[in-house]
Amino acid sequence: MLVQNKFRLAIRYVLLVLIAFVTLFPIILTVLGSLKSLAQLRLDLFGLPNPVLWSNYADILDPHRSIFFTNLFNSTVVMAATVFFTIMLSTMAGFALSKVQFLGRSHVYHYFLMGMLFPAAVAILPLYIEIRNLGLLDTYFGVILPQVAFGMPMFIMLARGFFMLLPKELEEASVIDGCGPWRYFMKIVLPVSAPILTTIGILSMVGSWNSYFLPLLILNSESLYTLPMGVMSFQGQYQFNWQLILAYLILAMIPVVIFYLLAQKYIIAGLLGGAVKE
Amino acid sequence: MDNEIKPRRVKKKSKNRNLVALGFLILPFIVYSLFVIVPIVQAGYYGFFKWNGLGPLTHFVGFQNFITILTDSIFHKALYHNFLIVLLSLSLQIPTSLLIALLIGRRLRGSAFFRSIFFLPYILSEVIAGVMWTFIYHPQFGISNSILADFIPALKDTAFLGNPDTVFYAIFVVLWWKYFGMHMVLYIAGLQGIPEELEEAACIDGASEIQLNWHVILPLLKPTLMISLFLSIIGSIQVFDIIWSMGQGDPINSAETMVTYLYKFGFQRFNIAYGSAVAIIIFAICLITNFLYQRFTAKHQTI
Repeated sequence: MLVQNKFRLAIRYVLLVLIAFVTLFPIILTVLGSLKSLAQLRLDLFGLPNPVLWSNYADILDPHRSIFFTNLFNSTVVMAATVFFTIMLSTMAGFALSKVQFLGRSHVYHYFLMGMLFPAAVAILPLYIEIRNLGLLDTYFGVILPQVAFGMPMFIMLARGFFMLLPKELEEASVIDGCGPWRYFMKIVLPVSAPILTTIGILSMVGSWNSYFLPLLILNSESLYTLPMGVMSFQGQYQFNWQLILAYLILAMIPVVIFYLLAQKYIIAGLLGGAVKE
Repeated sequence: MDNEIKPRRVKKKSKNRNLVALGFLILPFIVYSLFVIVPIVQAGYYGFFKWNGLGPLTHFVGFQNFITILTDSIFHKALYHNFLIVLLSLSLQIPTSLLIALLIGRRLRGSAFFRSIFFLPYILSEVIAGVMWTFIYHPQFGISNSILADFIPALKDTAFLGNPDTVFYAIFVVLWWKYFGMHMVLYIAGLQGIPEELEEAACIDGASEIQLNWHVILPLLKPTLMISLFLSIIGSIQVFDIIWSMGQGDPINSAETMVTYLYKFGFQRFNIAYGSAVAIIIFAICLITNFLYQRFTAKHQTI
């Protein structure tokens, strides 16, 4: 029995290691390729880079030769603003929908949930016209505002769910201390809600960082391109220099992989929270 | 005296509460309405016109756009590909994710490590994943021109993304790779919700591991399976970035999906009304999916 169990366990591990290898395989090949010369890349996909060409990375990081830093900057600005406004607006709405008794509350909540019924792509063309009429085409805000808006249904739901579980005593204590609703929200509710703020922040971060469809429509000037757009235009320009494209990919991937390693717990918690209630 | 004051007080208090709520909700409401609700309503309106997005909306054409779309063979292809993605996800992706979740199980040492690796592709941008796999499939640099092709002759000099017969399946592999980890995480969470005593009881009754998984675990995972199925359908309806970054749905529309169709025929040709009609069709499909999901899950709960 014991031997059999050990054998089974070994098989499980072997299978898991195999699957892990297959999962990482394309990423490993990309890392290896990003350090090879073009000649080696053409002949030897699996081999170790020989010589190791760090210069591929230097080429991407050289502001005269590629606009990687411009892309990185744009992605960062769009992401930071998206995260800021997402947290602000979703928690405000989530607070009112959980802690304030008002007329038509459940109708308002359902109105906010309607956005979960369809993907952003469905609204994208009228959205484009609207952004144009507002004079926001080819601006950061033309991307930020719709991103915030489309994240709201899920994030309001998550925030509301969290606030509902806060103990009533918190509110009673703050009323006795003479706190108005805004002070109660800012000074008491938000500080004790770090887990849900982190979850919302990180999910909107990853969403904004990876988004491509919306910026593709709204941003025209190359100087405003975000990283995914930069990857595409770089690939178009350097299609005969795959070693450089691969280096670009790795550099564009690093920030999100670091996020992931640091905040995995919250990403998974958010995914589960969003999925289970849907 | 008391009776007179009290109701007035209550009224005043609830009025106050409405004002407080308004203060908190006004900004979220405006942003959400302006960029989510208004455009979707507009799409439902524009779809009945002929309009390039410039000038006034005057040329009403009734259902003409819808008729054109529904009789367009390229749209048929797109719809078929979306359907095929769902079908392949159901038959390949969901079972593999489930198997891996069962392999990881609950009490395996190092399970967090494996889970992190399997979930990694999910957080990468679809465009980065798409370009990465374009490299893997590249006829000169990728697997078709590598040692691997010496062992597997079918790979030799194959341009996976350039061949209308292979491009769709090549892209599906990427979708599979990118999203299996998400489903796996859902299943692992579902498994954690199953009480251990049940498993122990089944073991004492002499159930084999396969019997245990099939008769005990799987039925209990049904709600999770429904969620994962639903997410898979909704996700496949909106797939765009991966397709676009791996050849824009071409050659000859062999990997076209509904959203790439919307982008090509609505945006690139600046036929906003036509694209809006496509959007309405996608919207209808989403609503039907939602409705069926609600029906099915409600049914399971009552039984």
